[in-house]
Amino acid sequence: MKGLTGLAARLGVLAAAIGGWQLATGPGTNPYFLPPSAIVSFMYRQWFDGPASHLWLTPDATGNLVPSAGRMLAGLAIASLAGITAGVAIGRIRVLAALTEPLAHFARAVPPPVAVPFFLAVFKTGTPMEVASIAFGVIWPVLVNTIDGARHVHPGQLETARAFRLGPAQRLARVILPAAAPKIFAGLRLGLAVALVMMIVAEFTGSTNGIGWEVSTAQATLDMPVIWGAIVVLGLLGTVLNLILAAAEHRALAWQRGSARTQ
Amino acid sequence: MLEINSLTRTYGPHTAIQDISLTVAGGELVTIAGPSGCGKSTLMRCIAGLLAPTAGQVALNGTAVTTVPDRLGVVFQDYSRSLYPWLSVAGNVALPLRCRERRRAARRKAALAALEQVGLAGSGDRYPWQLSGGMQQRAAIARALACDPVLLLMDEPFGSVDAQTREDLEDLVLRVRAERNITILLVTHDIDESVYTGDRVIVLTGAPGRVRAEVPVDLPAPRDQITTRELREFAHLRAEVSRLVRTRQAPGSPGTAAGAVPASPRARGNASPTEGPGLSPAR
Repeated sequence: MKGLTGLAARLGVLAAAIGGWQLATGPGTNPYFLPPSAIVSFMYRQWFDGPASHLWLTPDATGNLVPSAGRMLAGLAIASLAGITAGVAIGRIRVLAALTEPLAHFARAVPPPVAVPFFLAVFKTGTPMEVASIAFGVIWPVLVNTIDGARHVHPGQLETARAFRLGPAQRLARVILPAAAPKIFAGLRLGLAVALVMMIVAEFTGSTNGIGWEVSTAQATLDMPVIWGAIVVLGLLGTVLNLILAAAEHRALAWQRGSARTQ
Repeated sequence: MLEINSLTRTYGPHTAIQDISLTVAGGELVTIAGPSGCGKSTLMRCIAGLLAPTAGQVALNGTAVTTVPDRLGVVFQDYSRSLYPWLSVAGNVALPLRCRERRRAARRKAALAALEQVGLAGSGDRYPWQLSGGMQQRAAIARALACDPVLLLMDEPFGSVDAQTREDLEDLVLRVRAERNITILLVTHDIDESVYTGDRVIVLTGAPGRVRAEVPVDLPAPRDQITTRELREFAHLRAEVSRLVRTRQAPGSPGTAAGAVPASPRARGNASPTEGPGLSPAR
């Protein structure tokens, strides 16, 4: 669906879902299902009722939401940089691929949360352990996709680069990376989803603050508003990061949509 | 300025080109014609320094070609692959200039000048995929010219454009040659094109490619798509080249195009073809 009608229809469905939920969870119904109005007002009081000088964040938000988001971005940044760098090298250097690829595919098959206890043992409780856990989850999809993208640059495009005497740095920046970009972005999108999961798992396991820590504390006391509020906040965080990534991808890959339309 | 000496290239057991020798003088436009699979592209890649020969050598202005030489321009057949879709047309043309010109504005200026020379003024900020096939190939020619080449290699450059565009592009090549006095080697599977554009046509045999004959083209300059093609000499030359391309070389009968086509009186315009040295028996 396109245009304003499509937007109106989508917002309508969203409003109907929230309204239906509100009606179904009125007073006197199941205590585990909070109505949206209660969740929103709780979230406001808990996290977004702060002074303007703190961007309206409450101390609880600066103490939990901000560290969580920071760890996630740090993990994403480290893993993206490492994954793209190693992926291009492995994708372009055949010997390296033969040596490392089985290892990469094995590591990718390991469910990332199982690495959290290991990082907990190595780094103890705290931010380094959480960032390492997130980075471990993100790096494999980024790496494997980048390898694929860097490997399958069209031979004609590489031969052109050689025929016009482009140096290695230019070949990388002007030919290999742009050609691999669609795959790299696919890897980043997968990595982003994993990052959110790993942030929560790591904070469940070994943290003294953060949104995951807050939820796991609430779990012990059946503090339903915190649990529901965290679900919504995490959904929003994931949506916003996805939108940012999608916008970056849209910009970077405009040529791909254009050339796909005309060929 | 270009000397090719007993060039042979094999791929495993398969010999693509065998014992090709060829000398091209400065400012000459030599076309290379031959049946499909005669190793024309292999020959081009060896001359461009993109492919190491198995035996023999290529020398450009007396220097052996081992890597891609400076001041070489290449136009590939597959423009949709050779122009990068993520760069604008001007960006594509300016890309090879990076190694010699540090200033971005100067690179862009050179790129726009080259685009103007091929009739693409005003298209620099568009993307290759927004252009027609003929315009893309013009952009590819502009990119090759922007490097200010002394030798321009064109590997079946007009193989995938329509007939009218093809004629326009042929004239563009002739014009560029006249304006810049560069040496051009043009591979084509189109016999008319090889005669129309060339000062000399080199006919290769089928696999493995050898030089079958050299046909000098003494058509008057400047060439014109209509009047040149209606000349008797043109018809004779194209028939001669066609015969050489289409028929197998008969053993021990130099100068005769024998085989599937009955030997017809040799077409002779002002030029007479000379058979190449590779007189080995046909299969």
